[in-house]
Amino acid sequence: MKILIVDDFSTMRRIIKNLLRDLGFTNTAEADDGTTALPMLQSGSFDFLVTDWNMPSMSGIDLLRAVRADERLKQIPVLMVTAEAKRDQIIEAAQAGVNGYVVKPFTAQVLKEKIDKIFERVNG
Amino acid sequence: MPYDEKSISDFEATLKSHARQLVESLEQGRFGEAVEMIHRLNQARDYGLYVEVGKLTRELHNAIVKLDLDARYKHGEPSQMADANDRLSYVVEMTEKAANRTMDLVEECMPLADYVSQEAQSLATDWKRFMQREMNADQFRDLTRRIDQFLSRSLDSGEQLSGHLRGILLAQDFQDLTGQVIKRVTQLITEVEVNLLQLVVMAGKVDRFAGIQHDHEQMRTERQMSDKKVPSRGEGPQIHADKRDDVVTGQDDVDDLLSSLGF
Repeated sequence: MKILIVDDFSTMRRIIKNLLRDLGFTNTAEADDGTTALPMLQSGSFDFLVTDWNMPSMSGIDLLRAVRADERLKQIPVLMVTAEAKRDQIIEAAQAGVNGYVVKPFTAQVLKEKIDKIFERVNG
Repeated sequence: MPYDEKSISDFEATLKSHARQLVESLEQGRFGEAVEMIHRLNQARDYGLYVEVGKLTRELHNAIVKLDLDARYKHGEPSQMADANDRLSYVVEMTEKAANRTMDLVEECMPLADYVSQEAQSLATDWKRFMQREMNADQFRDLTRRIDQFLSRSLDSGEQLSGHLRGILLAQDFQDLTGQVIKRVTQLITEVEVNLLQLVVMAGKVDRFAGIQHDHEQMRTERQMSDKKVPSRGEGPQIHADKRDDVVTGQDDVDDLLSSLGF
Protein backbone atom coordinates (compact mmCIF):
# COMPACT_ATOMS: atom_id res chain seq x y z
CA MET A 1 0.00 0.00 0.00
CA LYS A 2 1.68 3.18 -1.20
CA ILE A 3 0.23 6.48 0.05
CA LEU A 4 0.89 10.04 -1.13
CA ILE A 5 0.48 12.80 1.46
CA VAL A 6 -0.07 16.30 0.03
CA ASP A 7 0.03 19.34 2.32
CA ASP A 8 1.91 22.65 2.05
CA PHE A 9 2.93 22.52 5.73
CA SER A 10 5.74 20.09 6.46
CA THR A 11 4.65 19.66 10.08
CA MET A 12 1.18 18.56 9.00
CA ARG A 13 2.69 16.08 6.50
CA ARG A 14 4.83 14.73 9.28
CA ILE A 15 1.88 14.33 11.66
CA ILE A 16 -0.15 12.48 9.03
CA LYS A 17 2.86 10.34 8.11
CA ASN A 18 3.32 9.38 11.77
CA LEU A 19 -0.35 8.55 12.25
CA LEU A 20 -0.37 6.46 9.08
CA ARG A 21 2.71 4.57 10.29
CA ASP A 22 0.91 3.80 13.56
CA LEU A 23 -1.94 2.40 11.47
CA GLY A 24 0.54 0.13 9.69
CA PHE A 25 1.06 2.14 6.49
CA THR A 26 4.80 2.59 6.24
CA ASN A 27 5.14 3.21 2.49
CA THR A 28 4.41 6.91 2.15
CA ALA A 29 5.65 9.79 0.01
CA GLU A 30 5.08 13.53 0.39
CA ALA A 31 4.28 16.47 -1.89
CA ASP A 32 3.79 20.12 -0.87
CA ASP A 33 1.29 21.13 -3.54
CA GLY A 34 -1.05 19.80 -6.24
CA THR A 35 1.37 20.70 -9.01
CA THR A 36 4.13 18.55 -7.54
CA ALA A 37 1.72 15.81 -6.46
CA LEU A 38 0.13 15.18 -9.85
CA PRO A 39 3.31 14.09 -11.70
CA MET A 40 4.22 11.90 -8.72
CA LEU A 41 0.83 10.21 -8.92
CA GLN A 42 1.16 9.77 -12.67
CA SER A 43 4.58 8.18 -12.50
CA GLY A 44 4.53 6.31 -9.19
CA SER A 45 1.91 3.57 -8.58
CA PHE A 46 0.14 5.11 -5.56
CA ASP A 47 -2.81 3.30 -4.00
CA PHE A 48 -4.15 6.11 -1.85
CA LEU A 49 -4.07 9.90 -1.75
CA VAL A 50 -4.37 12.08 1.34
CA THR A 51 -4.59 15.78 0.46
CA ASP A 52 -5.08 19.19 2.03
CA TRP A 53 -7.39 21.68 0.27
CA ASN A 54 -5.77 25.10 0.58
CA MET A 55 -2.35 25.04 -1.09
CA PRO A 56 -0.43 27.75 -2.96
CA SER A 57 -0.55 26.96 -6.67
CA MET A 58 -2.80 23.93 -7.17
CA SER A 59 -5.43 23.32 -4.51
CA GLY A 60 -6.51 19.94 -3.23
CA ILE A 61 -9.91 20.19 -4.91
CA ASP A 62 -8.25 20.85 -8.27
CA LEU A 63 -5.90 17.93 -7.64
CA LEU A 64 -8.91 15.73 -6.87
CA ARG A 65 -10.58 16.81 -10.11
CA ALA A 66 -7.37 16.18 -12.08
CA VAL A 67 -7.10 12.70 -10.55
CA ARG A 68 -10.72 11.87 -11.36
CA ALA A 69 -10.23 13.13 -14.93
CA ASP A 70 -7.16 10.95 -15.52
CA GLU A 71 -8.04 7.49 -16.89
CA ARG A 72 -5.18 5.77 -15.08
CA LEU A 73 -5.65 7.57 -11.75
CA LYS A 74 -9.39 7.93 -11.39
CA GLN A 75 -9.79 4.79 -9.25
CA ILE A 76 -7.44 6.02 -6.49
CA PRO A 77 -9.30 6.65 -3.23
CA VAL A 78 -8.84 10.25 -2.06
CA LEU A 79 -9.12 11.41 1.54
CA MET A 80 -9.27 15.15 2.09
CA VAL A 81 -7.77 16.40 5.35
CA THR A 82 -8.37 20.14 5.55
CA ALA A 83 -9.29 23.17 7.62
CA GLU A 84 -11.90 24.14 5.00
CA ALA A 85 -15.20 23.81 6.82
CA LYS A 86 -17.86 25.47 4.67
CA ARG A 87 -20.80 23.26 3.83
CA ASP A 88 -20.57 24.33 0.18
CA GLN A 89 -16.98 23.17 0.06
CA ILE A 90 -17.76 19.75 1.53
CA ILE A 91 -20.56 19.33 -0.99
CA GLU A 92 -18.20 20.47 -3.77
CA ALA A 93 -15.62 17.89 -2.70
CA ALA A 94 -18.27 15.17 -2.57
CA GLN A 95 -19.43 16.08 -6.06
CA ALA A 96 -15.84 16.03 -7.31
CA GLY A 97 -15.60 12.42 -6.08
CA VAL A 98 -13.82 12.57 -2.74
CA ASN A 99 -13.91 9.32 -0.72
CA GLY A 100 -13.60 10.87 2.73
CA TYR A 101 -13.44 14.31 4.34
CA VAL A 102 -11.67 15.07 7.61
CA VAL A 103 -11.69 18.60 9.08
CA LYS A 104 -8.68 19.92 10.96
CA PRO A 105 -8.02 19.82 13.83
CA PHE A 106 -8.56 16.06 13.82
CA THR A 107 -7.73 13.10 16.03
CA ALA A 108 -5.85 9.88 15.25
CA GLN A 109 -9.12 8.03 15.87
CA VAL A 110 -11.02 10.02 13.23
CA LEU A 111 -8.27 9.51 10.65
CA LYS A 112 -8.26 5.76 11.31
CA GLU A 113 -12.06 5.55 11.10
CA LYS A 114 -12.18 7.33 7.74
CA ILE A 115 -9.34 5.29 6.24
CA ASP A 116 -10.89 2.02 7.44
CA LYS A 117 -14.24 3.06 5.99
CA ILE A 118 -12.71 3.93 2.63
CA PHE A 119 -10.92 0.57 2.33
CA GLU A 120 -13.99 -1.28 3.50
CA ARG A 121 -15.92 0.28 0.64
CA VAL A 122 -13.13 -0.08 -1.93
CA ASN A 123 -12.56 -3.74 -1.08
CA GLY A 124 -16.22 -4.54 -0.47
CA MET B 1 -7.82 70.49 12.49
CA PRO B 2 -7.68 73.12 9.69
CA TYR B 3 -10.52 71.60 7.68
CA ASP B 4 -12.81 71.92 10.68
CA GLU B 5 -16.52 72.53 10.82
CA LYS B 6 -15.94 76.33 10.88
CA SER B 7 -14.61 76.56 7.35
CA ILE B 8 -17.47 74.46 6.10
CA SER B 9 -20.08 76.56 7.92
CA ASP B 10 -18.40 79.78 6.68
CA PHE B 11 -18.58 78.42 3.18
CA GLU B 12 -22.20 77.42 3.61
CA ALA B 13 -23.06 80.81 5.13
CA THR B 14 -21.51 82.62 2.12
CA LEU B 15 -23.48 80.38 -0.22
CA LYS B 16 -26.70 81.17 1.65
CA SER B 17 -26.24 84.95 1.71
CA HIS B 18 -25.25 85.07 -1.98
CA ALA B 19 -28.19 82.85 -2.88
CA ARG B 20 -30.57 85.11 -0.97
CA GLN B 21 -29.20 88.18 -2.78
CA LEU B 22 -29.52 86.32 -6.08
CA VAL B 23 -33.20 85.55 -5.47
CA GLU B 24 -33.78 89.14 -4.37
CA SER B 25 -32.12 90.57 -7.52
CA LEU B 26 -34.13 88.24 -9.75
CA GLU B 27 -37.42 89.10 -8.05
CA GLN B 28 -36.71 92.81 -8.43
CA GLY B 29 -35.66 92.38 -12.06
CA ARG B 30 -32.02 93.43 -11.53
CA PHE B 31 -30.57 90.83 -13.87
CA GLY B 32 -27.10 92.37 -14.14
CA GLU B 33 -26.75 92.07 -10.39
CA ALA B 34 -28.16 88.53 -10.50
CA VAL B 35 -25.48 87.44 -12.97
CA GLU B 36 -22.88 89.06 -10.73
CA MET B 37 -24.24 87.02 -7.79
CA ILE B 38 -24.06 83.81 -9.77
CA HIS B 39 -20.46 84.67 -10.57
CA ARG B 40 -19.72 85.29 -6.87
CA LEU B 41 -21.40 82.04 -5.91
CA ASN B 42 -19.15 80.23 -8.34
CA GLN B 43 -16.12 82.05 -6.98
CA ALA B 44 -17.00 81.20 -3.39
CA ARG B 45 -17.45 77.56 -4.29
CA ASP B 46 -14.23 77.42 -6.31
CA TYR B 47 -12.24 79.24 -3.66
CA GLY B 48 -13.59 77.09 -0.84
CA LEU B 49 -12.92 74.01 -2.85
CA TYR B 50 -9.32 74.98 -3.72
CA VAL B 51 -8.46 75.97 -0.19
CA GLU B 52 -10.07 72.96 1.41
CA VAL B 53 -8.73 70.49 -1.12
CA GLY B 54 -5.28 71.99 -0.50
CA LYS B 55 -5.68 71.53 3.25
CA LEU B 56 -7.09 68.06 2.85
CA THR B 57 -4.25 67.03 0.56
CA ARG B 58 -1.79 68.04 3.27
CA GLU B 59 -3.79 66.21 5.92
CA LEU B 60 -4.09 63.18 3.69
CA HIS B 61 -0.35 63.16 3.18
CA ASN B 62 0.24 63.37 6.94
CA ALA B 63 -2.27 60.62 7.61
CA ILE B 64 -0.61 58.33 5.08
CA VAL B 65 2.80 59.01 6.57
CA LYS B 66 1.32 58.23 9.97
CA LEU B 67 -0.10 54.97 8.65
CA ASP B 68 3.46 53.98 7.80
CA LEU B 69 2.24 51.60 5.14
CA ASP B 70 5.51 51.56 3.21
CA ALA B 71 6.75 48.00 3.33
CA ARG B 72 10.36 48.95 2.62
CA TYR B 73 13.13 49.67 5.05
CA LYS B 74 13.87 53.39 5.53
CA HIS B 75 17.17 54.61 6.95
CA GLY B 76 17.89 51.08 8.14
CA GLU B 77 14.69 51.09 10.22
CA PRO B 78 11.79 48.88 9.19
CA SER B 79 8.43 50.61 8.70
CA GLN B 80 5.63 49.43 10.97
CA MET B 81 4.20 47.26 8.22
CA ALA B 82 7.55 45.69 7.34
CA ASP B 83 8.08 45.14 11.06
CA ALA B 84 4.68 43.46 11.43
CA ASN B 85 5.51 41.23 8.46
CA ASP B 86 8.80 40.25 10.04
CA ARG B 87 7.10 39.56 13.34
CA LEU B 88 4.49 37.30 11.81
CA SER B 89 7.16 35.41 9.85
CA TYR B 90 8.92 34.94 13.16
CA VAL B 91 5.72 33.42 14.60
CA VAL B 92 5.48 30.97 11.69
CA GLU B 93 9.13 30.06 12.11
CA MET B 94 8.88 29.60 15.90
CA THR B 95 5.74 27.47 15.76
CA GLU B 96 7.21 25.31 13.02
CA LYS B 97 10.42 24.83 14.99
CA ALA B 98 8.47 23.89 18.13
CA ALA B 99 6.29 21.44 16.21
CA ASN B 100 9.32 19.77 14.67
CA ARG B 101 11.23 19.65 17.96
CA THR B 102 8.20 18.06 19.65
CA MET B 103 7.79 15.50 16.88
CA ASP B 104 11.52 14.66 16.95
CA LEU B 105 11.27 13.90 20.66
CA VAL B 106 8.04 11.94 20.31
CA GLU B 107 9.58 9.85 17.55
CA GLU B 108 12.55 9.11 19.83
CA CYS B 109 10.22 8.20 22.71
CA MET B 110 8.11 5.75 20.73
CA PRO B 111 10.63 2.89 20.33
CA LEU B 112 11.64 3.26 24.00
CA ALA B 113 8.06 2.95 25.19
CA ASP B 114 7.43 0.14 22.70
CA TYR B 115 10.43 -1.81 24.01
CA VAL B 116 9.33 -1.47 27.64
CA SER B 117 5.76 -2.59 27.01
CA GLN B 118 6.60 -5.40 24.58
CA GLU B 119 9.41 -6.85 26.67
CA ALA B 120 7.33 -6.54 29.88
CA GLN B 121 4.54 -8.43 28.14
CA SER B 122 6.87 -11.22 27.04
CA LEU B 123 8.53 -11.45 30.48
CA ALA B 124 5.13 -11.51 32.20
CA THR B 125 4.17 -14.59 30.15
CA ASP B 126 7.37 -16.40 31.08
CA TRP B 127 7.14 -15.27 34.71
CA LYS B 128 3.69 -16.79 34.92
CA ARG B 129 5.12 -20.09 33.63
CA PHE B 130 7.80 -19.93 36.35
CA MET B 131 5.21 -19.26 39.07
CA GLN B 132 3.22 -22.23 37.88
CA ARG B 133 6.44 -24.29 38.06
CA GLU B 134 6.38 -25.00 34.34
CA MET B 135 9.99 -24.02 33.84
CA ASN B 136 13.21 -26.06 33.98
CA ALA B 137 16.52 -24.82 35.36
CA ASP B 138 17.95 -23.78 31.98
CA GLN B 139 14.82 -21.82 31.05
CA PHE B 140 14.87 -20.13 34.45
CA ARG B 141 18.53 -19.10 34.01
CA ASP B 142 17.58 -17.61 30.64
CA LEU B 143 14.63 -15.80 32.25
CA THR B 144 16.77 -14.26 35.01
CA ARG B 145 19.27 -13.08 32.38
CA ARG B 146 16.45 -11.45 30.42
CA ILE B 147 14.95 -9.85 33.53
CA ASP B 148 18.37 -8.46 34.39
CA GLN B 149 18.73 -7.01 30.91
CA PHE B 150 15.18 -5.65 30.97
CA LEU B 151 15.72 -3.89 34.28
CA SER B 152 18.88 -2.15 33.14
CA ARG B 153 17.42 -1.12 29.77
CA SER B 154 14.19 0.04 31.43
CA LEU B 155 16.25 2.22 33.75
CA ASP B 156 17.96 3.86 30.77
CA SER B 157 14.72 4.14 28.79
CA GLY B 158 12.93 5.69 31.78
CA GLU B 159 15.61 8.34 32.10
CA GLN B 160 15.56 9.05 28.38
CA LEU B 161 11.76 9.22 28.39
CA SER B 162 11.65 11.76 31.20
CA GLY B 163 14.38 13.77 29.47
CA HIS B 164 12.40 13.82 26.24
CA LEU B 165 9.18 14.72 28.05
CA ARG B 166 10.96 17.68 29.65
CA GLY B 167 12.16 18.63 26.18
CA ILE B 168 8.59 18.52 24.86
CA LEU B 169 7.50 20.72 27.76
CA LEU B 170 10.24 23.25 27.01
CA ALA B 171 9.39 23.25 23.29
CA GLN B 172 6.06 24.87 24.25
CA ASP B 173 7.84 28.08 25.31
CA PHE B 174 7.09 29.47 21.84
CA GLN B 175 3.55 30.20 23.01
CA ASP B 176 4.75 33.00 25.30
CA LEU B 177 6.95 34.60 22.62
CA THR B 178 4.53 34.24 19.71
CA GLY B 179 1.68 35.42 21.96
CA GLN B 180 3.55 38.67 22.69
CA VAL B 181 4.40 39.19 19.03
CA ILE B 182 0.84 38.59 17.86
CA LYS B 183 -0.49 40.99 20.49
CA ARG B 184 1.78 43.74 19.15
CA VAL B 185 0.66 43.11 15.59
CA THR B 186 -2.97 43.21 16.72
CA GLN B 187 -2.24 46.58 18.36
CA LEU B 188 -0.76 47.89 15.12
CA ILE B 189 -3.82 46.77 13.16
CA THR B 190 -6.06 48.65 15.61
CA GLU B 191 -3.96 51.82 15.13
CA VAL B 192 -4.10 51.47 11.36
CA GLU B 193 -7.86 51.05 11.58
CA VAL B 194 -8.22 54.30 13.55
CA ASN B 195 -6.06 56.18 11.02
CA LEU B 196 -7.99 54.75 8.08
CA LEU B 197 -11.21 55.85 9.73
CA GLN B 198 -9.84 59.41 9.83
CA LEU B 199 -9.14 59.18 6.11
CA VAL B 200 -12.74 58.16 5.53
CA VAL B 201 -13.95 61.17 7.54
CA MET B 202 -11.67 63.46 5.46
CA ALA B 203 -12.90 61.99 2.21
CA GLY B 204 -16.45 62.69 3.44
CA LYS B 205 -15.58 66.37 3.89
CA VAL B 206 -14.16 66.62 0.37
CA ASP B 207 -17.36 65.08 -0.94
CA ARG B 208 -19.40 67.72 0.92
CA PHE B 209 -17.43 70.64 -0.56
CA ALA B 210 -17.43 69.26 -4.05
CA GLY B 211 -21.07 68.19 -3.80
CA ILE B 212 -20.23 64.63 -4.85
CA GLN B 213 -22.95 62.02 -4.31
CA HIS B 214 -22.04 58.35 -4.20
CA ASP B 215 -24.29 55.56 -5.30
CA HIS B 216 -24.21 53.66 -2.00
CA GLU B 217 -26.60 51.03 -3.26
CA GLN B 218 -24.32 50.16 -6.16
CA MET B 219 -21.22 50.21 -3.95
CA ARG B 220 -22.89 47.77 -1.57
CA THR B 221 -23.85 45.44 -4.42
CA GLU B 222 -20.32 45.54 -5.80
CA ARG B 223 -18.90 44.68 -2.40
CA GLN B 224 -21.32 41.79 -1.99
CA MET B 225 -20.30 40.46 -5.39
CA SER B 226 -16.62 40.53 -4.55
CA ASP B 227 -17.32 38.97 -1.14
CA LYS B 228 -18.78 35.92 -2.81
CA LYS B 229 -15.53 34.07 -2.99
CA VAL B 230 -14.95 31.17 -5.33
CA PRO B 231 -15.31 28.14 -3.05
CA SER B 232 -12.36 26.28 -4.59
CA ARG B 233 -10.08 29.09 -3.42
CA GLY B 234 -10.25 27.95 0.18
CA GLU B 235 -10.70 30.11 3.27
CA GLY B 236 -8.53 28.40 5.85
CA PRO B 237 -9.60 27.64 9.41
CA GLN B 238 -12.93 29.10 10.58
CA ILE B 239 -12.48 31.19 13.69
CA HIS B 240 -16.18 31.61 14.52
CA ALA B 241 -17.57 28.33 13.18
CA ASP B 242 -20.23 28.19 15.94
CA LYS B 243 -21.67 31.56 14.85
CA ARG B 244 -22.06 30.75 11.17
CA ASP B 245 -24.70 28.62 9.51
CA ASP B 246 -22.76 27.87 6.34
CA VAL B 247 -19.87 26.27 8.21
CA VAL B 248 -19.59 22.91 9.95
CA THR B 249 -18.53 22.92 13.60
CA GLY B 250 -16.68 19.63 13.62
CA GLN B 251 -16.18 16.16 12.20
CA ASP B 252 -19.65 15.01 13.33
CA ASP B 253 -21.21 17.78 11.23
CA VAL B 254 -19.12 16.75 8.23
CA ASP B 255 -20.18 13.13 8.64
CA ASP B 256 -23.85 14.11 8.94
CA LEU B 257 -23.62 16.27 5.83
CA LEU B 258 -21.87 13.59 3.81
CA SER B 259 -24.31 10.89 4.90
CA SER B 260 -27.20 13.17 3.88
CA LEU B 261 -25.56 13.24 0.45
CA GLY B 262 -25.57 9.45 0.39
CA PHE B 263 -22.00 8.81 1.53
